Amino acid sequence: MSGPGLGQRAASAVSDERESPSQRPAEVSSLNMVQAINQALDQALAGDDRVVLFGQDVGRLGGVFRASDSLQQKHGERRVFDAPLAESGIVGFGVGLALAGLRPVAEIQFAGFLYPALDQVMSHVGRYRHRTRGRYTVPLVVRAPYGGGVHTPEQHADSPEALLTHTPGIKVVVPSSPERAKGLLLAAIDDPDPVFYLEAIKLYRAVREEVPAAPYRHELGRARVVRPGDALTLVSYGGMIEVCLAAAAVAAREGVELEVVDLETLVPFDEATVFESVGRTGRAVVVHEAARTGGFGAEIAARIAERMFYDLQAPVGRVAGWDAPYPPFTSLEHHYRPDAARVLAAVRDALLA
Amino acid sequence: MSEPRRYVSPDGRLAGGAAAELPVASDELLAGYRAVRRARHFDERAVTLQRQGRLGVYAPFRGQEAAQVGTALALRSGDWLVPSYRETAAALTHGLPLATAILYWRAHPAGWEYPADLRLLPFYVPIASQLTHAVGLAHASTLTGDGAVTMVYVGDGGSSEGDFHEALNMAAVYRAPVVFVVQNNGWAISVPTARQMGNTRIADRAAGYGIPGTAVDGNDLLAVTLAAREAVDLARDGGGPTLIEAVTYRIAPHTTSDDPKRYRDEAVTAEREAEEPLVRLDALLVERGLWGDGEEGALRAALEREFASALAAADERPLPAPEAIVEHVFESLSAEQRWAWEALR
Repeated sequence: MSGPGLGQRAASAVSDERESPSQRPAEVSSLNMVQAINQALDQALAGDDRVVLFGQDVGRLGGVFRASDSLQQKHGERRVFDAPLAESGIVGFGVGLALAGLRPVAEIQFAGFLYPALDQVMSHVGRYRHRTRGRYTVPLVVRAPYGGGVHTPEQHADSPEALLTHTPGIKVVVPSSPERAKGLLLAAIDDPDPVFYLEAIKLYRAVREEVPAAPYRHELGRARVVRPGDALTLVSYGGMIEVCLAAAAVAAREGVELEVVDLETLVPFDEATVFESVGRTGRAVVVHEAARTGGFGAEIAARIAERMFYDLQAPVGRVAGWDAPYPPFTSLEHHYRPDAARVLAAVRDALLA
Repeated sequence: MSEPRRYVSPDGRLAGGAAAELPVASDELLAGYRAVRRARHFDERAVTLQRQGRLGVYAPFRGQEAAQVGTALALRSGDWLVPSYRETAAALTHGLPLATAILYWRAHPAGWEYPADLRLLPFYVPIASQLTHAVGLAHASTLTGDGAVTMVYVGDGGSSEGDFHEALNMAAVYRAPVVFVVQNNGWAISVPTARQMGNTRIADRAAGYGIPGTAVDGNDLLAVTLAAREAVDLARDGGGPTLIEAVTYRIAPHTTSDDPKRYRDEAVTAEREAEEPLVRLDALLVERGLWGDGEEGALRAALEREFASALAAADERPLPAPEAIVEHVFESLSAEQRWAWEALR
């Protein structure tokens, strides 16, 4: 293959552009989440020669959700390319690229299709730095659409984040809005460790948001309070943030102010922000779409119980998917995926406790 | 089923007879022979150390030295070598220091202290999972233009894994500069190749991927060397991947924890000892006048000296501190590892 070699240029072009969004307030555009992700990928490819993007249908098609739309045309087939239909191969191949010093960004078409790659994830992605005492590292990003709410076929709506959070050595990021998605993805691609970046399918085109045009990063491992309140803390992430905000809006009409904490990064877990909030409200309900047993909510609830027990006015509540496979299409999905009513029922229990 | 390529018969006769010309230069043959002897010396000492409780569970490679050394010697500095747990001989040949190898088999963190410029991945344990990494490394060479070739090892058992298929297919699609070396040693712990696969000539599968495949007598250093050179040259010249099947035999147990008497007739194993690579190399070198008592004495002394020095260096390394358990999970300690680090101190 001819042409200039990748990886000859360092990441300096990217770091020079690290200004905060507020410095160029005029240069914003209204984007939905998939457009914001597309812009982040475009800027990562432009800013760092080591970045390559690959996965099923990411090339000419631009991905089944169009997250990589037009990127192959813009950056060429060496930087953005299709992979054979082999999830274990895609992740393993990405490990190899990362070991060689590149900054691979792999796409798994749906998070529920990740399972053939779990040997790679658990045996290598999260383990390489540790087992080689830092001699080799895997700065790999794996993006995957997750979750339901859009009437997908069987096995297209899974939320497997707990499989990943239980695997040491892997960072797990779940953005909840276009503006956050762009900054978190650029930070994930810069990160020296492997990052799984789960994108809620329900949010891809749900809302538009002002997104700064210039590249920017949001630090990984930081939770944030997205709605302040004093009555109870809702702890959640990704596609459930809008559900929590809807519940909080309803509660506010009754004069009850719920605080909503968006974790954004599940690993490393920002327990300080959660503890600070629960310390003020004295009550917590954890919300996620994944099945309840062994879900990441169990970890959050356990941490709160371990450290905040004497600050609690009520047991920590959990609202989650039922302990059953996610139902496909339209007939039952709305009974599975938590909604504002279920969140409010748990809030009511906690407030009356 | 194609017959594996062979130059030297088990009794050390070169095809074409005593008058036939060696297919490699005699100094190359001698370099390969010394590397095989060095690997054999390590393997024998490692088994002994394990019996003495001075090494962890160890995967011996006795009888597979030619397959590993012959392929590894086809690489040059800057090429990647990706071994599984039985490829200590290949790793040593590619530049892994003896002391580091000893420390690895002691599970000491210093077993990862590879020389900075050595392109060697760590020994892989999950079977065949290394193959797609090798394709990624090789494709990175295509993208960066660094001119490197990647050589990756797997066994007959590993050829049953899904990753074997995914890796060969991806390598073919991307024309990746990678050489797949299957050491078909006849056994996947207790399961013989006949119960592992329907077609026991693994090299023939290459056709299904649209890549070249070749079977060689893996106990014939010359056959292995020449096949590996061809594959490496092809990869370096942009010709894509090759599948090499080195047909050999696992004389030793699967690991030092294994008991082969439970599943195979060890009298047959003893017969297969006659076909191992050193028997024929010793005979060939003597016949060609390339080896005598002087060379033998000097080599033995050098091997003993080198191993003793490496063992002493390994023994000097203190045990790791308990908190090493949670170091290097991430580049810096997250709150979870910090908590554990404090608890372990």
